[in-house]
Amino acid sequence: MSVVASSPNAIQGFFRRLHGPQIQRGLFGVWTAIIFAFLYIPIILLVVFSFNSSKLNIRWEGFTLKWYGELLQNKTILTAFQNSLIVACVTTVLATLLGTIGAWMLYRYRFPMQRALGLLIFVPMVIPEVLMGVSLLSLFVHLLNIPLGYTTLIIAHTTFCFPFVLVGIQARLHGLDPALEEAALDLGATPVKAFWLVIVPYLMPAIVAGALMSFTLSLDEYIVSVFVTGAASQTLPLKVYGMAKVGLNPQLNAISTIFIIATIFLVLFSQLLTHKKTP
Amino acid sequence: MAGVVAGAAAADPSSFKRKPGLMAWLVLLPLLVWLVLFVVVPTVMLVGVSFSERDALGRVVWNFNTENYLRALDWDTLKALPQLLPQNLSEGTDAILKQDGVSGDPSLTQRLRGIGAGIATTFNAFVWFRILLISIWYALLTTIICMVIGYPVAYFIGRSSERMRIILMTLVMIPFWTSFLIRTYAWITILSKDGLVNSFLVAAQIIPEPMTILYTPFASVLGLVYNYLPFMILPIYTSVERLDNAMVEAAYDLGAGPVRAFSQVIIPLTRPGIVAGILLVFVPSIAMFAITNLMGGGNPPTIGEVIYKQFTSGRNQPFGAALGTLLLVTFIISLWLTRKQREE
Repeated sequence: MSVVASSPNAIQGFFRRLHGPQIQRGLFGVWTAIIFAFLYIPIILLVVFSFNSSKLNIRWEGFTLKWYGELLQNKTILTAFQNSLIVACVTTVLATLLGTIGAWMLYRYRFPMQRALGLLIFVPMVIPEVLMGVSLLSLFVHLLNIPLGYTTLIIAHTTFCFPFVLVGIQARLHGLDPALEEAALDLGATPVKAFWLVIVPYLMPAIVAGALMSFTLSLDEYIVSVFVTGAASQTLPLKVYGMAKVGLNPQLNAISTIFIIATIFLVLFSQLLTHKKTP
Repeated sequence: MAGVVAGAAAADPSSFKRKPGLMAWLVLLPLLVWLVLFVVVPTVMLVGVSFSERDALGRVVWNFNTENYLRALDWDTLKALPQLLPQNLSEGTDAILKQDGVSGDPSLTQRLRGIGAGIATTFNAFVWFRILLISIWYALLTTIICMVIGYPVAYFIGRSSERMRIILMTLVMIPFWTSFLIRTYAWITILSKDGLVNSFLVAAQIIPEPMTILYTPFASVLGLVYNYLPFMILPIYTSVERLDNAMVEAAYDLGAGPVRAFSQVIIPLTRPGIVAGILLVFVPSIAMFAITNLMGGGNPPTIGEVIYKQFTSGRNQPFGAALGTLLLVTFIISLWLTRKQREE
C-alpha cells in the first residue's frame, strides 16, 4: 500500500511499459491454458479411471489392471479389433499406392481436365461422411451387387484415405528440384527406375506420413463403416459405439487408454517426420 | 545441355510438365477408375435412388417420381401455409389466454407470446425440413463457438517461439488424431447420470439426486465443439504463422490499440485460415450424427441421423436418398460460399 502511495510514477510507468500487445499476449496465454485444460481433462480422466478398481465412481478405490484383463477375455471386442486391423492394413496399402502414384503422375504430366480432376480428388476429403456412406451403399447394393463385408469396407475406406496421401505428397513435391529426375534420366535410368530410385526415396517422409494417416483414419472410421459393413465384418468403432450407447463401461476406458497412448506415439512420430530437416 | 534444361524447368515449372503418352495414361488409369467408380457413380446413384420408389418390403423400385422431395421439403405444409399460419397464430393467442385464465382482449405481451407459440407450432409442422434447419443451426453454433474460443489459441501458438510452437501444436494434434468416439465417450463418463460430475455433486451434497446433463441439446453442442475445435485451430494457426510481423508492428506503431489492430489488421490478414476453419468445422458437423446421438440422445434428431435411420431401420432408401441429396445441395452451397470468400 505504501508503495502505491509513495511512488505513483512507478505504477504509471509499469502500466505504460505494458503495451497493448503484451497484455494481449498474457490474456491469450491464459486463455490457451484454459482451452488446453478443456481439451485434455476429459482424456486424462478417461485414462485415470481405466485403472480404478471401482466401477467408474468418482471415488478412487485402488489401482487395478482388471479391466484390461477382461478386455483380453472379451471375444467380440478382439474379433472386432481383428476386423479393424485387416481393413486398416489393406486400406493403407491401397491408399498409399493410389495416392503416391497419382500425386507423381499429376505432378509430372499435364493431363487434360487436370483442374477438374484435382477438384474430384478433393471431394472425398470434405464431403460429409454420411453422404459418402449412403452413396457407396447405393452403389454396392443397387449397381455392383457386392455383398457388404470386408471388400466394401476396404473400398469405402480407401476412397476417403487416398486423397489425404495424395495431398501430402503433392505438398512435398512442391519442394522437389526437377533437376533430380532429369539427372537420373540423363544418366540412363528409365522413367520407372528414376521414380523408384530417386523420387520415392525423396518422398519417403510424406509417404510414411500418408500411410500413418490412412491407417488411423481407417481404424477410427465409424459413419461410413456403419453403412457399408456386413454383420460378420463389424469393426472396433462399431462395437465401441454400441457399448458407449448403453452406458459407462470400464472396459471402454481401457480400450480408449490403449488407443490414446497409441495416438500419442503416432503423433510424436509424424511430428518427428515433418520437422526433420530435408536433406 | 541437361543443366540448361533443368535450369529452365526450375524457373518455369509448367514447361517441365510433359505431355502424357499412352504409358502415362495407363499408370494413371487406376486412380481415374477409382474416382469415377467410387466417387462420381455413387453420387449419381444417390440422386437416382432419391427419384425412385420403394415397395411394401422396402426394396427400391426404379419408378421415376418426385414424391420423396415433396415429402422432404414438407410440400403439403408449405402449400397450406397461408391458412395454417393465421390459424396457428390465433390458436396460439387463445391458448395463452386460456393458460393465463383471462377472458376478453389479450394484452400486448400475451399477444406476442401468442405469436411466438403460433410460429413455433407452424415451424414444428415442417416435420422434415425442420430437421435440416436444426442441423444447420447446431453446425452454425458449433462453428461460431469454435471460432471464438479457438482463434485466441491459434493466435497465441502462432506467435510463440519456434520451440513452443512445435510443442503446443503437438498438443493440439493429439486430440485431433484421437478417435472421436473415444473423445465423445470421455464426455459421457463425465456428464452421464452416474458420471463424474453428478457423482461429485451428489457426494458433496450440493444436489440431492443426479441431474440430466447428458442427452440435452447443450451436451450435443458441447460434444461437437469438443470434437471439432482442433479443426478450427489448425488452419487459423497456419495463417497466423505466415502473418507478416511487420504489418502487426506497424499497426501498433501507428497507434492502433489491441482491439483495433486485431479487428482491422490481424483478422483480415488471417482470413484464409478462418474461412478454411469454418469449412472444416461447419460441413462435417451438420451431418455428424454419431456425436449428437451419443451426447444428445438423438433428441432433436439431426439430418445425418434421419438419413441413417431411413437407410437402415426405416427401410425407406428413396426418401433417405432425397434427404441426402438435399444435404448434398447444402454442402455444395457452403463450399461455394467459402470458395467465394477465399477468392475475395
